[in-house]
Amino acid sequence: MPNLKDLKNRIESVKSTRKITKAMQMVAAAKLRRAQEAAEMSRPYAERFTAVMAGLASAAAGSDSAPKLLSGTGSDQTHLLVVMTAERGLCGGFNTNIAKLAKAKAAELIAAGKTVKILTVGKKGRDQLKRDYEDNFVGHVDLTEVKRMSYADAQGVAKDVLGRFDAGEFDVATIFFSKFQNVVTQIPTAQQIIPFAIPEDYEGADTLYDYEPDEEAILADLLPRGVATAIFSGLLENGASEQGARMSAMDNATRNAGEMIDKLTIEFNRSRQAVITNELIEIISGAEAL
Amino acid sequence: MQFDLVSPERSLASMDATAVQIPGADGDMTVMADHAPTITTLRPGVLKVEAGSETHEYVVTGGFAEIGAAGVSVLAERAVAKGDMTQDQMDAMFDEAQDIYNRAKDNFQNEPGPVDDAAKLLADMVAMGGEIGLGTKQPNL
Repeated sequence: MPNLKDLKNRIESVKSTRKITKAMQMVAAAKLRRAQEAAEMSRPYAERFTAVMAGLASAAAGSDSAPKLLSGTGSDQTHLLVVMTAERGLCGGFNTNIAKLAKAKAAELIAAGKTVKILTVGKKGRDQLKRDYEDNFVGHVDLTEVKRMSYADAQGVAKDVLGRFDAGEFDVATIFFSKFQNVVTQIPTAQQIIPFAIPEDYEGADTLYDYEPDEEAILADLLPRGVATAIFSGLLENGASEQGARMSAMDNATRNAGEMIDKLTIEFNRSRQAVITNELIEIISGAEAL
Repeated sequence: MQFDLVSPERSLASMDATAVQIPGADGDMTVMADHAPTITTLRPGVLKVEAGSETHEYVVTGGFAEIGAAGVSVLAERAVAKGDMTQDQMDAMFDEAQDIYNRAKDNFQNEPGPVDDAAKLLADMVAMGGEIGLGTKQPNL
């Protein structure tokens, strides 16, 4: 049986752990609100943008002169997986779930005889994927210094991806991120960004537009921006998901610590009582022996 | 007529406007109620919105404007109220355009198309600087 001093120390240490997890939960809750707001504010732009692009793309699809970002390179041999995760851990299964989805996709593609290249955004995803797919790594984007995700950060990632596409390094690009549903649910998602995939629920434009300059020029101008927009929404969804996941993970940790403290306190009290009883027995039997 | 100005990060303005002057890629156009549905890309320039007796001005770069039956929505990659524009921001935008031009010149040596586009972007940037009263460096063409 552990002695009283040890028990007391353990209770103290669990108590300070609980203080830390509680604080982390509160910080995550505050950050979550901001991240959620940022994600919501970016939605009107992304939705409008996708709608206009879908309209243009469905008109241009199939034509020979369609830009490569829309029609593809004519092959799907080399895939680029852009895996976006958090820079920090302690957020439950958030990073693992994204990495797992990306690993499954990579394994599937390799099994089908395709070439897989991996670009990671966020340290945690890189660490997790490095174990199995180190040879497939082509790059890493470090956003450790970024406090608040801005569109310029997404543009940086997009520029990297587009540069590789122009250099003919890959045929298809897919981004991996976690969609924010609510605090307890985040859905790891894979979304193809190159070539541009027309959303399935797109029903066709109800208005006939005039285009200035012509449709093709607009499309050629919008497609690269569309890549940045998709990456930006992915990053923002990820930001909100990360804080949500951290908040619920830390809430669980706080609750577990509380339970542990209760258990240890009971054990501590029992041991103390046993010691007291022992001493009493010794005193009484000593007195009787006189 | 409803007018919306949104950037990727937030929605900058949403108001009832009487006329909107858009810096389109092929030239400025003023949109009033019942304009034919049009989609145009933007060049760097100043967007003027007349709402009643007030006039609001925004500096916009990159993106497009969608003119529909309901009104005008402008989706600009970067949009700043004209009064909030600083020399630092102007310099950053100019450097970016210069960078795009330099890269286009390196990448497309035998195709004039993209290089001309980049040169136009750079020239538009300088013209915009002049329009809002912020100087730019001399473009290196």
